[in-house]
Amino acid sequence: AVTRRLCILKGIYPHEPKHKKKVNKGSTAPRTFYLLKDIKFLLHEPIVNKFREYKVFVRKLRKAYGKGEWGTVDRLKDNKPTYKLDHIVKERYPTFIDALRDLDDALSMCFLFSTFPRTGKCHVQTIQLCRRLAVEFLNYVIASRSLRKVFLSIKGIYYQAEVMGQPITWITPYAFAHDHPTDVDYRVMATFTEFYTTLLGFVNFRLYHSLNLLYPPKIDGQADVEMKPAEGKEYAMDSESYLEKLSALSASLARVVATTPEDEVEMDEFPVEGETAEQMDSRKKEQEALEKHKNLFEGLRFFLNREVPREPLAFVIRCFGGQVSWDKSLCIGATYDVSDPSITHQIVDRPRVQQQVVGRYYLQPQWVFDSVNAKLCLPVADYFPGVLLPPHLSPFVTEQEGDYIPPEKLKLLAMQRGENPGDEESEEEEEEEEEEEEEDDNNKEEEEEEDESEKEEEVKLKKIEEQKTQSNKALPVKVTAGKLRLEDKQRLEQEQQSEEKRLAIMMMKKREKYLYKKIMFGKKRKVREANKLAAKRKAHDTAVKEEKKKSKKARRA
Amino acid sequence: PHPTSLHSLQDIRNTVGNIPMEWYQDFPHIGYNLDGKKIYKPIRSKDELDMFLEKMENPDYWRTVQDKMTGADIKLTDEQVELVHRLQKGQFGDVHFNPYEPAVDFFTHEVMIHPVTNRPADKRSFIPSLIEKEKVSKLVHAIKMGWIKPRKPKDDTPTYYDLWAHEDPNSILGRHKMHVPAPKMKLPGHEESYNPPPEYLLSEEERLAWEQQDAAERKLNFVPQQFRCLRAVPAYARFIHERFERCLDLYLCPRQRKMRVNVDPEDLIPKLPKPRDLQPFPTSQALVYRGHTSLVRCLSISPSGQWLVSGSDDGTVRFWEVCTARCMKTLPVGGVVKSVAWNPNPTICLVAVCVEQSVLLINPCLGDKLLYAATDQLLEAYAAPEEERVQPVRWAPASPEEHTRGIRLLVHHDKAVKQVTWHGKGDYFASVVADSGNRQVLIHQSSKRWSQSPFRKSRGLVQRVLFHPLRPYFFVATQRYVRVYNLLKQELTKKLMTNCKWVSSMAVHPAGDNIICGSYDSKLAWFDLDLSTRPYQLLR
Repeated sequence: AVTRRLCILKGIYPHEPKHKKKVNKGSTAPRTFYLLKDIKFLLHEPIVNKFREYKVFVRKLRKAYGKGEWGTVDRLKDNKPTYKLDHIVKERYPTFIDALRDLDDALSMCFLFSTFPRTGKCHVQTIQLCRRLAVEFLNYVIASRSLRKVFLSIKGIYYQAEVMGQPITWITPYAFAHDHPTDVDYRVMATFTEFYTTLLGFVNFRLYHSLNLLYPPKIDGQADVEMKPAEGKEYAMDSESYLEKLSALSASLARVVATTPEDEVEMDEFPVEGETAEQMDSRKKEQEALEKHKNLFEGLRFFLNREVPREPLAFVIRCFGGQVSWDKSLCIGATYDVSDPSITHQIVDRPRVQQQVVGRYYLQPQWVFDSVNAKLCLPVADYFPGVLLPPHLSPFVTEQEGDYIPPEKLKLLAMQRGENPGDEESEEEEEEEEEEEEEDDNNKEEEEEEDESEKEEEVKLKKIEEQKTQSNKALPVKVTAGKLRLEDKQRLEQEQQSEEKRLAIMMMKKREKYLYKKIMFGKKRKVREANKLAAKRKAHDTAVKEEKKKSKKARRA
Repeated sequence: PHPTSLHSLQDIRNTVGNIPMEWYQDFPHIGYNLDGKKIYKPIRSKDELDMFLEKMENPDYWRTVQDKMTGADIKLTDEQVELVHRLQKGQFGDVHFNPYEPAVDFFTHEVMIHPVTNRPADKRSFIPSLIEKEKVSKLVHAIKMGWIKPRKPKDDTPTYYDLWAHEDPNSILGRHKMHVPAPKMKLPGHEESYNPPPEYLLSEEERLAWEQQDAAERKLNFVPQQFRCLRAVPAYARFIHERFERCLDLYLCPRQRKMRVNVDPEDLIPKLPKPRDLQPFPTSQALVYRGHTSLVRCLSISPSGQWLVSGSDDGTVRFWEVCTARCMKTLPVGGVVKSVAWNPNPTICLVAVCVEQSVLLINPCLGDKLLYAATDQLLEAYAAPEEERVQPVRWAPASPEEHTRGIRLLVHHDKAVKQVTWHGKGDYFASVVADSGNRQVLIHQSSKRWSQSPFRKSRGLVQRVLFHPLRPYFFVATQRYVRVYNLLKQELTKKLMTNCKWVSSMAVHPAGDNIICGSYDSKLAWFDLDLSTRPYQLLR
């Protein structure tokens, strides 16, 4: 068990030997192999001695309990051996960037642990520490506005932030009680968490200092003052309520050096040598786009109804410059009331809203996430309460050539390019209203996706049909037109080419042929999957259309 | 008082004992009397209205309580009401009890001049305690021995500080270069969304297939689901499992750097010359030589290229003109023809034919008359040597009847002959006998009518033999090897490994440096004699 802990803490992993049989003394049974070097490295770790001390301590304590020597118990507890993992963090991540790169798992783990109940399973202190660190990190992301993508999956909520050029992705579970599984070794998880909390603490410290923020974080002065009378308590610093205030994510953080708000200076341009003006331009454009994305919700005031998940929404909205509030009874840190007339968006997640206030949009939470991923404020009409929502797409997918792209994504891409697909849609609706034969843009899109060959085939089929119809017309007259045997030159050429290719493949070396076949198999499978998805979509769309028509007819009748 | 309550008061005896009364809640009676009859509860079927009326009308309503034991209503007497009031106020139940009686000072606080008891002081109050001393000395000893340590000073260094304040590139361990960072987890695709596009949802059969698959084989470790709104999304049951599996992966999975093959598959295809550039080669069937009535076993072309000889199972040898497919001659030889070979020397017009146990040398009398006449003369110029030499075969000139048919010489072997082949000069020829001894291969000289067996030892079943077209080499193909003998030095020069199971045929390039061996396991081994004894290429 000690070895396991050491391996986890020091990041030692097994190795796959080159000659498995040789190493395993002739047997092929599956075994894990560690490098001798690694194990020796573990032996030099000073923490090994600390582990031994702890073991002795536990033994003594048990003995004292057994004998009922309470004085000894107290004394022992006072002198409980402790150890620190600082040097291991430094050793495993010699530079800060290294640590950032490996932060994904640490964050996911901390967020998971911070949702655990405060009883059983693991130490309360660990859970509290995890919660604190997670909240601190969220506050940093808000302060630096580095969130880039959010994704609501069925497993939890994925976030991706870009910190110092490193993309950091983490997942948080939905806020429900966990059904603790029995086949999970919590000791392993606890050991990982032990290391991860240390790492995350140091990373947080450094990140806060990079933004000139105080660490441990303090809520900005004026916001603090605003909040105090409501709370009516002083010395809230050490208590949990302070953490709660922080975790409300509604207040900005105190800075070491107070910055004046009119601090926006045009960035100096340092032309890099060997960089053309075009590259510079594109970089500048990118920068501008990023800046625009960061200030997506600037000036908007949101209000969260009590049925929507508060923390993720507040986090996302604040990350993009929006102001957010919620019901006072829901959580600490609400800044304004429902009745505030300056609210522009109210996030609701119920089928209908009883009393609507004029002058604000009532929207479903998906609008926030979709807007963030689309990098623009999407049209609100699709997201009204009770409306069937458009699909929520993953922002992590970048479609390559030949992949299947869902039509919603195409629409979104068009919107990002600045085209307005709204006209098309309205046209489409009009058409439907007039009940003309459908000529949907979806169909067009899908046709585009289909393979060239299929298109050709279609053309051919059409030709054949035309010929058939012609011959049918000519039937009453006994003289049938002599069939013109068109020598399809293209096709012949294609055939020849494919034949040549077949011959060439036959002449390939065995290894290369294997590789080639594997690659081609993968490609074919990809195409097949894409086609399958497209077909499924088509079937679904037609089914939906049928349904619509039927209902319309029923209404008319 | 009430008649019913009076009645119940008269014979009230608790017949059920000390039991929870709710056991009788649903029954109309409580317990039984001495006769075994049920003691009924007073009927209380009062509804709200009745209760209210009673409350309004009955002046004693406030002092009426229900006896749980009998279920009857009891009116409290004045004394009882008084008792209740007292208890409610927190006073003693007994009216006559006075809680505030004057205190009697039994043990005065004032120090008296005389002791209460007359007992003298103990000795132990004068001398130091031994037990305490023992305890103290134990502690002192423990401290001296270092068993008890003083309390550790509280260390008040901050838990977190700027760990990477001094990033020193020299302090990076060497092993860090070898470190393989763990791959990041795969980012989720559209199908993981809580509200995915409809095409990503599994259909019924896909779902069934997913359920039947082994957990390790599944492409997705979850079933895509669609929820109408965010409110309806439940917790993911396997969240902790997934994190735990990731932990296991991190510390138990061997890591390895693998180079990803990043090639364009089109680059892998070798660039072959186009077949069009390789022309001329026959692209269509031009001629068919019809005439044989059974299997054609062998054929050979004259060195001039004008004539073709073929041997067949129908016991004939036919001579054809190549370019017209005309059968010039049919020669019955009276047996299955195993092999034919046209003399490669253009000045000699002679064909060797294997028929059963003998090799026939036939002059087809085709082509230039001078040529075939010269051949006849060459054969007739033979003069028998003075002394008869022992030969493995018997040479016999053809009988006059055979002579008219074209047969010139017969070489009788003592076993069936499989193959015959000519030397490039056209004088020597070799024959292979179906045998297992050392006399499988025989070399004959036609001008001297002289034969010899070149090998002293058998090296396996000989399949084919061939002469090198230019140099004095002799190829002998056994089942798996081709041996190359030098005829001048009379020694083995090379042994070619064919990598085949059973060689069936062999041919040599006219320039003599390439050999192709065919085999019964449908392989073609191509040797370059300049390179190696292994096949240059093995074609399938």
